[in-house]
Amino acid sequence: MADKVTMPVEATHIMMFARSVNDDNQVYYDADHAAKTEVGHILPPPTFYRSVAQFDPDYFLRPKVGEKWFGSAKGPSGIDEKPASSGGLHAEQHFEYHHPVKPGDVLTVTTRDGEKWEKVSARAGKLMFSETIQDYHNQDGLLVVTSRSVGVKTERPVDQG
Amino acid sequence: MALSASNLKVGDTHEEVVAENLSRGLLVMYAGTSGDYNPLHTDEVYTKEVAGYPSVFAHGMLTMGLTGKMLTNYVGDGRLKKYGVRFTNQVWPGDTLTSKATVVEIRDGECDIEVATTNQDGKTVVMGNATARVD
Repeated sequence: MADKVTMPVEATHIMMFARSVNDDNQVYYDADHAAKTEVGHILPPPTFYRSVAQFDPDYFLRPKVGEKWFGSAKGPSGIDEKPASSGGLHAEQHFEYHHPVKPGDVLTVTTRDGEKWEKVSARAGKLMFSETIQDYHNQDGLLVVTSRSVGVKTERPVDQG
Repeated sequence: MALSASNLKVGDTHEEVVAENLSRGLLVMYAGTSGDYNPLHTDEVYTKEVAGYPSVFAHGMLTMGLTGKMLTNYVGDGRLKKYGVRFTNQVWPGDTLTSKATVVEIRDGECDIEVATTNQDGKTVVMGNATARVD
């Protein structure tokens, strides 16, 4: 993740995101409905903030113009070399909500590394954990959301026992 | 509808089926909205032949999002102060997921909730906790 990313909060993105988590709560879709609720405006669903990946020009899990992509194409992978590991998995995710967010807000998202540690598991070999902390400030400089995520890289694919 | 402390007690629960026969289509939708296009979630060929998994599987964040729908339906819109989970098992196409909230503590103006989502076999796929404002 780039150290600093600008994330405009848009009503259409919120609508599409709500659809993608099976959520038909009209507070995510209908500004007139939302205006009559306690919140008073459309707001993002609680896990929306990780969609900051959309706005990160360097995000590595998005195919990019002119670059090879490691997913399948003519063959099972679009790159020749074998990927270094089975890839990172998401182990934990924690959000803290400090202030309301609404469409029209422009968030500045700063990313920093947290702790790193290792563990051995019977199902996937050596597990390498790393923590990432993201602060979301709005256009007024107010800290609105904090995200802490823990990623894990496994030595081999997780056994499905 | 938000929660009211006067009607709330420790041990209260709320449960919802948040996904039924989870489709690969929803995984594609989630990739599109979240921006996480990791082929492990949408690309069956890569996932089986290169990564060595039996099929694509859900983004952890999709399961957290589905679980979040149950949570906001329970505590009300804009009421969450904290929401965190651990991803304990993978979620696969065809899974049916049930999310449950259990009130574990009530303080002045807020409550703590334990959250868990299980699949059709009773296996927990995410577990965590949340804090919400209550009236």
